[in-house]
Amino acid sequence: MESFFIFAGIAIFALMFPIVWRIIVGPTAIDRIVAVNVIGTKTTALLVIIGMIYGRVEMFVDFALTYALLNFIGSLAAARYFDRVNPSKNFSNSEPKEQES
Amino acid sequence: MIPATICIVLVCIGILFFLGGAVGIIRFPDFYTRMHAAGKGDTMSVFLILMGLAAYQLADFNLANLLVAGKILFITIFIMWASPTSTHALIKAGFEEGQKLWTRNREKEDSDR
Repeated sequence: MESFFIFAGIAIFALMFPIVWRIIVGPTAIDRIVAVNVIGTKTTALLVIIGMIYGRVEMFVDFALTYALLNFIGSLAAARYFDRVNPSKNFSNSEPKEQES
Repeated sequence: MIPATICIVLVCIGILFFLGGAVGIIRFPDFYTRMHAAGKGDTMSVFLILMGLAAYQLADFNLANLLVAGKILFITIFIMWASPTSTHALIKAGFEEGQKLWTRNREKEDSDR
């Protein structure tokens, strides 16, 4: 059963490399944010699998929980910040632009 | 024996969903379609993998393993709640930034994305 967990961890880790490719060549910044969010969500599952391999699940599951919380807050903050620094162009119901350059 | 079988089946299906999400993130031409592949494949694959691990954790049943399985279940519930929320926030940010929609004619202009 441990060899199956090692196989699953290696498969998840190997499938992260296409997403790293999307981070490198992503056309816009928001594509990179999306790819980082996907990798962070997969790291949560990978941490629990690492805990299963080491036999210390009760410790690694707390790491996974903290990582899920941090990933959610981080991606939400990145989305809101990206929304803030790019003022709305033509279709938006948010606040009008404060300063005109 | 039965929890191990359930664990293997669920983790393999989860890795298959992750493979679909990764291929979609690579090959879709548009930001919105990539977001579709990322959001759905991500949520479902992590859900299946963590449910399989929680089922394996309950193979020998005592209080400590039940607590760990409950924590894994809590992570699953949190991800099922948080991943669509972050997907919605990211796609709203991309929409308000003014991402172009993919059409068939623009494929010839920039096909090397």
